[in-house]
Amino acid sequence: MQDTTIVNNTFDFGTITTPVNDWLNSFMPQWLTTTVECVAVGVGLLLVYALLALFYIYFERKVCAFFQCRLGPNRVGPWGLLQSFADMFKILIKELIELRHIDKFLFALAPYLVIIASMLCFACLPWGNGLQIIDFNIGIFFLIACSSIGVLGILLAGWSSNNKFTLIGALRSGAQMVSYELSIGLCIVTMVCLAGTMSITGIVEAQTDTWFIFKGHIAALIAFIIYMIAGTAETNRGPFDLPEAESELTAGYHTEYSGIHFGFFYLAEYLNLFIVSGVATLLFFGGWMPLHISGWDGFNMVMDYIPTPIWFIGKAVALSFIIIWFKWTFPRLRIDQLLSLEWKYLLPINLFNLVLMVALITLGLTL
Amino acid sequence: MPYEAWKDNEYIENLVKELQESGTNVIVGTFDKLINWGRSNSIWPLTFATSCCGIEFVSLGAARFDMARFGWEVARSSPRQADFMMVAGTIVNRMVPVFRRLYDQLAEPKYVIACGSCAISGGPFRNSYHVAKGIEDIVPVDVFVPGCPPRPEAMIYGIMQLSRKIKVEKFFGGVNRQESRKEFLQTHPID
Amino acid sequence: MANLQEKIAKQFAGTPIAVDNSGMPQLTVENGAWHDTALVLRDTIGMDYLVTIVGIDRGETLGCIYYMMSSTTGETCSVRVDAVPDRETPHIPSVADVWRIAEIYEREVYDFYGIIFIGNQDMRRLFLNIDWKGYPLRKDYNDDPALNPVSTENERQSDNTDVYSLDENGKVVKKERAIFQPDDFVVNIGPQHPATHGVLRFRTAVDGETIKKIDVYMGYIHRGVEKLCESLQYPQTLHFMDRLDYFSAQNYHHGLALLYEKAAGIEVPRRAQVIRVMMDELSRIASHCLFMGTYCMDLGATTMLFYTLRVREQILDIFEKTCGARMTFNYPCIGGVMQDLHPDFVKDVKELLAVIPANIKEYNKIFTGNVIAKNRMEGVGVLSKEDAISYGVTGPSGRASGWACDIRKLLPYSIYSELDFEEITRTEGDSMARFKVRLDEIEQSARILEQLVDNIPDGDYCAKVPKVLKLPQGEWFQMVEGCRGVFGVYLNSDGGNKPYRLKLATPCIALAAVVDHITTGNKIADLITIGGSLDYIVPDMDR
Repeated sequence: MQDTTIVNNTFDFGTITTPVNDWLNSFMPQWLTTTVECVAVGVGLLLVYALLALFYIYFERKVCAFFQCRLGPNRVGPWGLLQSFADMFKILIKELIELRHIDKFLFALAPYLVIIASMLCFACLPWGNGLQIIDFNIGIFFLIACSSIGVLGILLAGWSSNNKFTLIGALRSGAQMVSYELSIGLCIVTMVCLAGTMSITGIVEAQTDTWFIFKGHIAALIAFIIYMIAGTAETNRGPFDLPEAESELTAGYHTEYSGIHFGFFYLAEYLNLFIVSGVATLLFFGGWMPLHISGWDGFNMVMDYIPTPIWFIGKAVALSFIIIWFKWTFPRLRIDQLLSLEWKYLLPINLFNLVLMVALITLGLTL
Repeated sequence: MPYEAWKDNEYIENLVKELQESGTNVIVGTFDKLINWGRSNSIWPLTFATSCCGIEFVSLGAARFDMARFGWEVARSSPRQADFMMVAGTIVNRMVPVFRRLYDQLAEPKYVIACGSCAISGGPFRNSYHVAKGIEDIVPVDVFVPGCPPRPEAMIYGIMQLSRKIKVEKFFGGVNRQESRKEFLQTHPID
Repeated sequence: MANLQEKIAKQFAGTPIAVDNSGMPQLTVENGAWHDTALVLRDTIGMDYLVTIVGIDRGETLGCIYYMMSSTTGETCSVRVDAVPDRETPHIPSVADVWRIAEIYEREVYDFYGIIFIGNQDMRRLFLNIDWKGYPLRKDYNDDPALNPVSTENERQSDNTDVYSLDENGKVVKKERAIFQPDDFVVNIGPQHPATHGVLRFRTAVDGETIKKIDVYMGYIHRGVEKLCESLQYPQTLHFMDRLDYFSAQNYHHGLALLYEKAAGIEVPRRAQVIRVMMDELSRIASHCLFMGTYCMDLGATTMLFYTLRVREQILDIFEKTCGARMTFNYPCIGGVMQDLHPDFVKDVKELLAVIPANIKEYNKIFTGNVIAKNRMEGVGVLSKEDAISYGVTGPSGRASGWACDIRKLLPYSIYSELDFEEITRTEGDSMARFKVRLDEIEQSARILEQLVDNIPDGDYCAKVPKVLKLPQGEWFQMVEGCRGVFGVYLNSDGGNKPYRLKLATPCIALAAVVDHITTGNKIADLITIGGSLDYIVPDMDR
């Protein structure tokens, strides 16, 4: 290990939040303070969540348009920026179709499960220095656990719709997500080995001097590639978009959903994209940590002036761009190819990679 | 598009006048405007095509005509999530029940564009034993786009007309369900 | 042809052999002897490809004319079989076991004429609902809309199909046979489904993701073109060709115009012939471009569609300048073409030819070389050469199976015999081969265009044709190469100015019929791969 001369000089948002907390505590009982804070954070989070999702929808449509030599949305608002807002208004007030012969409770529950799962994960992300909403010693573990709830929602949606297409879509999705969760988990374990902690703040802080992708070089690179593949599969995006393969299963598991229930699936899909890229940022690119290069103190200082949330969101969006790039380039896999990719290639490589990483760490070969 | 460029302003203006006759509340009116702004700018088509016109609809999505500019490119395969149905192609007797069911499956508010002469009247196949003579007997139609097949520009114009029509709708207090053309003609006789 | 006639005369001494107006030998076979004759024709004479079965109402009797072709030499002959005993329960022995494709052609004839084929394992109506009253192509069909109203009620459907046989008294006996096993999980794909390329419907029995059986339902865009043609004058029938396979509009127009010209004895000016061939090849390129785009989109690679449509738009511009329309051109007419070429035509075609090689390279880079695409397409939906012939799968799909079935080479029409181009064949017969054949055919079409673009002769673009065209009494048959396979037209004229019977033998019906055969045992996702690679156009099969 190198000597850690690099100091993190970024602005700590704790310097704002702590006084606010103290001020609230000065005239309110402890429990009320906590409640008020929770509500405020929750509302803020919801707002960010919605805005990000809308931005992502716009982002994807624009990116895809440029891949396809088109212009993309440009009529609603300047550069079409308000397009996804218009879509959201429309979806909000669109009719919710009541179906007969379905399991009404589960049918209504499914979209909420999906959206809650993605929101919980969303809350775990390290937004900036001191802007960690849920932070405890097994943070990353909690994140994986939450993200697994989403698959339940998808399975329920497919099953409760009482439609053969949705059922096939849901079963595909179940098989796919359970398989690829394994890869994601192993990638995370690999990186946790390097970090030596499961706390999200801890992982970020461990990357003060160098990001893990450089620190763990070969092993981290392999883990990163596998993570990106598995993450794309986990979010049901092309080339792994089998559960909602449009040309095969109309709209897959959410064929029967309309109005805002469909909107939830739609939002969650894009948010999951952000979460996957966010976790990749956290594990490989230092979370909110600015780019630090040892020895270049001036450079490091300049980097530190850029606010940490911008670092985080910027990195995540850049990674999402890669995932979007996948989608608009590759054809879709077949279900058996998809599963054999995971079980025959990714999983063995991943296990080997874990051993490699441990070896690198014990031999002190990390940068 | 400038106001003068539209071809049939009387129809829309009459519609607006009639809707405004009852007068609107300021708050409700503002909300209406917001909602209609959302609706009229986000009309998602259902992937539905039976013949030639469907290929022109594909061209409409492609780079030259690029309907994504208007936000119409989110073609949904599931009728539950689509807003309007571009009836592109002939509807034959055997397709009618399927077509009607698709229309019923669309979530409100839903709109139909009859695209091409086959959908409007049966077109060149009107005298056939197995062709429905126009889809307005089956579902209410909002916009007719003539042509065989209509050029993509004509389709864009048609969908923009639909968007204008949506803009003057009323969400609160108004009749949200659409009238069929027959009912509409009874109350608005053409002389 | 003379050779074939001798062979047939030797084989069937005593059977009346006529020659129809196209110079094609025509046998007339007794109803009872038909099945055995068919076997002899296939095995001894080598007539292994059944082009079409034309049902015909001769007033007193109903009957069929079978057009068949040798898959190697391109020799064609026809067989006339009359149905017995009367118009009430007319029947003909089935030849579905001789040529597999006959099963679906016989269903079509049954649908239109009510002729029962004894021994066909699936004797349902093909295009019309099972409770449709009357047989529409019979001359005495009552087309009162009250009998068959347009109904929004769900169509009645049966899980059984009918099989007819003859009892010892010669009476027709009907038996029912279940299509699916009782415990099959049947998924209904279509008619409104993004993967079926239109309104085709597959009832698919699946076991998990594996397909066990597919039952194809057609007729969701059956517009009765053949019946409509019988009430229209000859030049008026041409415009329907634009609306069958709308990508092969020029080729189909060309075919029907050739047929009428042959019947009327009209000489087409050289300039018109060259223009027609150039238009054919341009539309072939446009069609194959769109095929690649939609096929890749089916496989999930949406972006490819936009790159291929770029070339197609360029071709449509050329068409639009000359013909005035983007899709329904109505350009070739009887005696030549409608208008002269646009002055920019030569320049535009040259510009197009300049960009095609670069585009093909790009397509290969984006899609053909892609690992996922290879895995999805290679070895999926293998169709052997024998099956391709037996099922009558022509065009690029047939050539991908190794069957050199290009009518432009086998039975050259117009000026194709003077042109230098290769017939692309592959031996794999899988989806990848079907894709690659089309990719290579674009190059060949470009080659044809290159040869012609500087050599468009001057002269008339249309011959003098009488205002009211009357064709002499007789029968004609003409085949051309559409973009998806062999397009055959049969004309029976009674001497008037309207066709007595016009049969359009389109290639796509065979492409849809073969889906069940090559999909069984594959995954659901392969159904999309296979269906996409066969590239059927639904209005073309339904007519």
